[in-house]
Amino acid sequence: MTVQSWTFLLVAASFALYIGIAIWSRATTTKEFYVAGGGVSPLANGMATAADWMSAASFISMAGLISFMGYDGTVYLMGWTGGYVLLALCLAPYLRKYGAFTVPDFVGDRYYSQLARVVAVVCAIFVSFTYVAGQMRGVGIVFGRFLEVDINTGVYIGMAIVFFYAVLGGMKGITYTQVAQYCVLIFAYLVPAIFLSIMITGNPIPQLGFGGTDTGTGVALLERLNGLHEELGFTAYTSGTKSMRDVFFITAALMAGTAGLPHVIIRFYTVPRVRDARLSVGYALVFIALLYTTAPALAVFARTNLINSVSETPYSEVPEWFTNWEATGLLAFDDVNGDGLIQFVGPNSPMANELTVDRDIMVLANPEIAGLPDWVVGLVAAGGLAAALSTAAGLLLVVSSAVSHDLLKRSFMPTITEKGELLAARIAAGVAVLVAGYFGVNPPGFVAQVVAFAFGLAAASFFPVIILGIFSKRTTREGAILGMVTGVTLTAAYIVYFALMHPELNNRDNWWFGISPEGFGTVGMLVNFAITMTVSRFTREPPEHVRVLVELIRVPKDGGEAPEISA
Amino acid sequence: MTEHPSGSDSNQRESASDPEVAARHAEYWRRNIRYMGILLAIWFVVSFGFGILLVEPLNTIQIPGTGFPLGFWFAQQGAIYVFVVLIFVYVLLMNRLDREFGVDEGEGA
Repeated sequence: MTVQSWTFLLVAASFALYIGIAIWSRATTTKEFYVAGGGVSPLANGMATAADWMSAASFISMAGLISFMGYDGTVYLMGWTGGYVLLALCLAPYLRKYGAFTVPDFVGDRYYSQLARVVAVVCAIFVSFTYVAGQMRGVGIVFGRFLEVDINTGVYIGMAIVFFYAVLGGMKGITYTQVAQYCVLIFAYLVPAIFLSIMITGNPIPQLGFGGTDTGTGVALLERLNGLHEELGFTAYTSGTKSMRDVFFITAALMAGTAGLPHVIIRFYTVPRVRDARLSVGYALVFIALLYTTAPALAVFARTNLINSVSETPYSEVPEWFTNWEATGLLAFDDVNGDGLIQFVGPNSPMANELTVDRDIMVLANPEIAGLPDWVVGLVAAGGLAAALSTAAGLLLVVSSAVSHDLLKRSFMPTITEKGELLAARIAAGVAVLVAGYFGVNPPGFVAQVVAFAFGLAAASFFPVIILGIFSKRTTREGAILGMVTGVTLTAAYIVYFALMHPELNNRDNWWFGISPEGFGTVGMLVNFAITMTVSRFTREPPEHVRVLVELIRVPKDGGEAPEISA
Repeated sequence: MTEHPSGSDSNQRESASDPEVAARHAEYWRRNIRYMGILLAIWFVVSFGFGILLVEPLNTIQIPGTGFPLGFWFAQQGAIYVFVVLIFVYVLLMNRLDREFGVDEGEGA
């Protein structure tokens, strides 16, 4: 069987599985549609959270990014896992106790204000849409490379699948599909990593392998890679080039953003009890860590492989994968000095670099570079699709519930019936799929950056008001609204100015305090905290029923079931 | 939250406003905050501390038997393992605390 027939077979089989699960787990009530009926086991929810969380960016791009960034890749590794500690300790148990359906639900009730609710809805939709556009594009790229269909056709197929199970099954359908998608994606990630680890270091565990010795030369692998980097004029792999301050701020923004992303938070509404919410975050991080501790190993293997197989190689003798990827334009060779050899060198080298490699192809091309069996290549395609589809579905649900629940039921049409709300949720999910598909087909040129910025925006908007809402009874609606608006506006303005309006000024000399737009969410978050707390001090105390509400969410058993909402 | 619709609900409201119960809940919350403070301090030290602020000095140490510089290992591996352990430690501590203060939710959902 060829690579392409393997890919077709594995992708079709995984899609059939997702559709089967969606039919089996249809949602019939709004509670099932929004929070899967609140009866998901902590383990299943942990897996679903992991799939929801790990997007096309984690699966396809992250190891490649790290392999080019070396130590600097740390910002993603720690940033995208450390947030779960904040979730488990500071957010998930209390929000579960509160027992709402959405994040704006909590913000609106805790801050006794429709305005706060609407501000939260706008932030949730904004954050989710910026994030989802990148996912649909990821689907298109995988289809385009491996199934050789047009990228747009790939996006349409992806839309149809997501439409089917998100609209039909709501959170219930999404949850159980995500469990299956996690299994597919982690298997697809680990298999090539284990193969590579054995080939390069003789150790089957990638996490240990990349600290082992290179079987070819008998030198420690990281030492060898640092040596190659020095030879070729790159900065040492284990050192990196970002300033320490920037690394600190980006990591903090990604951590707080993780803990503030609505599609992650609502996953913890689906488990039965407060203690299940705590445990479920733990499981989720175990499942995520499995991929996140493998990624840096994969990055080192991929980097070493790439340098070994292309550096100073005559262009006429390049392997087949090189030509394949050249055809997609994601790999390009320009023989600057006309010697017919490939010079792949860094900025510190006296020679000119002749090879440009798109970071996104490292994970996808890895099995081919290493000459792994054809079925592994197909498996990686199915894994990439699972990662993109699961995240897209989770995000679309946030958009759908924000419209049907927060805007209609809780704000503008409080008399809507259960059936009407369910229908509205389905229509909103359907429209959201179409909008996401539109962005997938006509991507704004800055999708890749925008996904990273979604974290900064979440960190600067939701994270502070949710934390203060739980931990400080004194926090008032005026404080929260002003804090959210200032935090998100400041962060968005900084990002738009440097990333979209003046990319030529986007460097360390022009940044405020040397903080890049990726890390600026941390500043927005600190400003939000400061404003919310200061304004709260000078405005009238929250009413008695809100103080009782805060008392109630701090204790697991007292009220038990979700409080009846009557405001 | 302003209405007290069902009978059982208003009973719970009364118990929550009972000064003895309120004091117990306050003590529960204080202990929770202390656990959180300790665990978050460890969280900060292993990630921002060892992985970022102290990475250079720690990189001069190599983990014996491997090729890992210590700071680099914390940044790309160690911190993540510690995060997982921290969450499970918190789960265990809080389950015990819930039982001690009689606020655990029992087996039923």
